[in-house]
Amino acid sequence: MHAAVIIFPGSNRESDVVRALRRSGAQVSLVWHADHDLPTGTDLAVLPGGFSYGDYLRCGAIAGRAAAMDAVRAHAARGGLVLGICNGFQILCESGLLPGVLMRNVNRRFICHRQTLRVERTDTRFTSAYRAGQVIDVCVAHGEGNYFADPETLARIEGEGRVAFRYCDADGSITVEANRNGSLNAIAGVFSEKRNVLGMMPHPENFVEDLVGGTDGRGLFDSLAA
Amino acid sequence: MKARIIVTLKNGVLDPQGKAIEAALKSLAIRDVEGVRQGKVFDIEVAAPDAAAAEATLRTACEKLLANTVVENYAIEIL
Repeated sequence: MHAAVIIFPGSNRESDVVRALRRSGAQVSLVWHADHDLPTGTDLAVLPGGFSYGDYLRCGAIAGRAAAMDAVRAHAARGGLVLGICNGFQILCESGLLPGVLMRNVNRRFICHRQTLRVERTDTRFTSAYRAGQVIDVCVAHGEGNYFADPETLARIEGEGRVAFRYCDADGSITVEANRNGSLNAIAGVFSEKRNVLGMMPHPENFVEDLVGGTDGRGLFDSLAA
Repeated sequence: MKARIIVTLKNGVLDPQGKAIEAALKSLAIRDVEGVRQGKVFDIEVAAPDAAAAEATLRTACEKLLANTVVENYAIEIL
């Protein structure tokens, strides 16, 4: 597994995701946003978290038009894998690789806490190391994570089984309290139509070592590197 | 040529910032405020031979970057 992590001005979670990928056995290279190509042999392009371009205009809007994103779009069109975490998810929505948009959290606050998620399906390149319906304990840290799509788009996403993760309580129940950013249908992560692109607001890369509180994020990187 | 672009949230899209501003106005005892929706204004200088050409350029700018048409509308005004 060769992963290319794209760095934009204002990305700040690239070290963690590189570490998580390497821990699972992936080879990782770093790509600057102004580069026009991904390294030859790239299997997975990763858009890390952070605050690209200071969240100017809209979160992910300017990064979504960067030169490297043309290469990521071409990679995705060939069936290549793409993972966007937090700001990376916002960039994927802004660049047209995923439907919908991440709006300001419904409580108007930056939220930063541990969060349980329900794994919605395990027959994908991103989630095969998890059990169906497994509840995983990871982190969220964002001000704009409130997933929104128009009713037709939302119906299509649900109908095609493209929800990867939902915010849930510790028992796996989808509750209003567990969905603190107000996302429609408690959506925490979405796949593209062919399930080769995943965007998610929570940070699995935070939780790959016992030392820092948990290891439930490993499954995502283990699935990819398998 | 000068132009102004106004980007607003579509109807039905939740606007937490607008709600917060509305609440703040009420807390300042500014009465009769029934709703607030926040948007963005862009003042742009365009080199174009006429208003129609400027509008075409700005429409492209809105579609490609200035507005996210999933949740936002835009209006172009040539000044």
